[in-house]
Amino acid sequence: MTPTRRRLTFICLGFLSLLVASALALTAFEDTLVFFYSPSDIKEKSINTDKQIRIGGLVKSGSLRKSEDGILVRFEVTDLKHSIPAVYRGPLPDLFRENQGVVAEGHLSKGIFRAKTILAKHDENYMPKEVADSLKKAGKWKGENKN
Amino acid sequence: MHKFANPAQFTKIASRVLPWTSSFAAVCSLFGLYFGIFDSPADYQQGETVRIMYVHVPAAWMSLFIYSLMAAASASFLIWKHSLADIAARSLAPIGAAFTAITLITGALWGQPMWGTWWVWDARLTSVLVLFFLYLGYMALVNAFDDPEKGSKAAAGLALIGFVNVPIIKFSVDWWNTLHQPASLSRLDAPAIDISMLTPLLLMALGFKLLLISILIIKMRTILIEKRIEAKQLLKSG
Repeated sequence: MTPTRRRLTFICLGFLSLLVASALALTAFEDTLVFFYSPSDIKEKSINTDKQIRIGGLVKSGSLRKSEDGILVRFEVTDLKHSIPAVYRGPLPDLFRENQGVVAEGHLSKGIFRAKTILAKHDENYMPKEVADSLKKAGKWKGENKN
Repeated sequence: MHKFANPAQFTKIASRVLPWTSSFAAVCSLFGLYFGIFDSPADYQQGETVRIMYVHVPAAWMSLFIYSLMAAASASFLIWKHSLADIAARSLAPIGAAFTAITLITGALWGQPMWGTWWVWDARLTSVLVLFFLYLGYMALVNAFDDPEKGSKAAAGLALIGFVNVPIIKFSVDWWNTLHQPASLSRLDAPAIDISMLTPLLLMALGFKLLLISILIIKMRTILIEKRIEAKQLLKSG
């Protein structure tokens, strides 16, 4: 084997084992690498809900209630399978609306999620308003937001 | 390929290519910015804020693309001992770091109005921050030894190890729940971006690629000239 050949094999094998090692490590740490849990995760997996956690999903259609001064909001976080009621007091990001993605940080007590922070999550679709409107009109809307 | 890995040949071709790449880089970026800022529609959800995309997304592509080039150059330096590959990797690192910094800063500026936060430790944002530190680590390591050959080897090793991070960044949004949304363009079905917004985005991406080639040529040429000066000085003093 020539020195060049040997270096090539060494680097390829080294990189391959590094890939396998990282894949294993990332799979092992999967539960700590997720940024938020879905309502189904909360209901189905045994997640420690005593400490502060993040839950994410869509703001359920028709679930959004605001107090008269607009400071207290109640809504449900849903992944279209399960949903969790949430309450929050404070300012909301611009994109916070029904059928829009949301990530809430706080803690779960007696089945109600008391959020301390609300982050809005948006999807990967970008288009002008007219296109969105005509897609909805034509019934070809594929996105998750049907508002 | 090995024929072009010769410094004299490289300088000859590079000098001929540079005026074209630099002028087209300027044309593409200016048109891209013009269309992006003035002549493209606002987004149906994000409104005018979507225009940050025309800098953020091409810069993010560049940060991954440049790292891949740097890893490839490092590998060919370690395997075939091409000094030109080492010079290419050394030149790519600060360019990549700059594009990664642009990605992080524009991302924060975009995140604040849309998500409601400048920064979160989700898998996508964190892995891009790691990429930034890999570039900085490479730049520190490559100059950390008295013997430049040693520095090149150590830094090339770091570049190869860090390459594991590239697929992690790319697929982080698919593998884990993140605040960052999934990819819009590299999907199996049609891109999720309207054509009126796709045009300025691709123009900017092309402009950034040409800018990269131009800066890379200038940097590599400078290093080659420096090496020649050093060699001549050594001859004189010796």
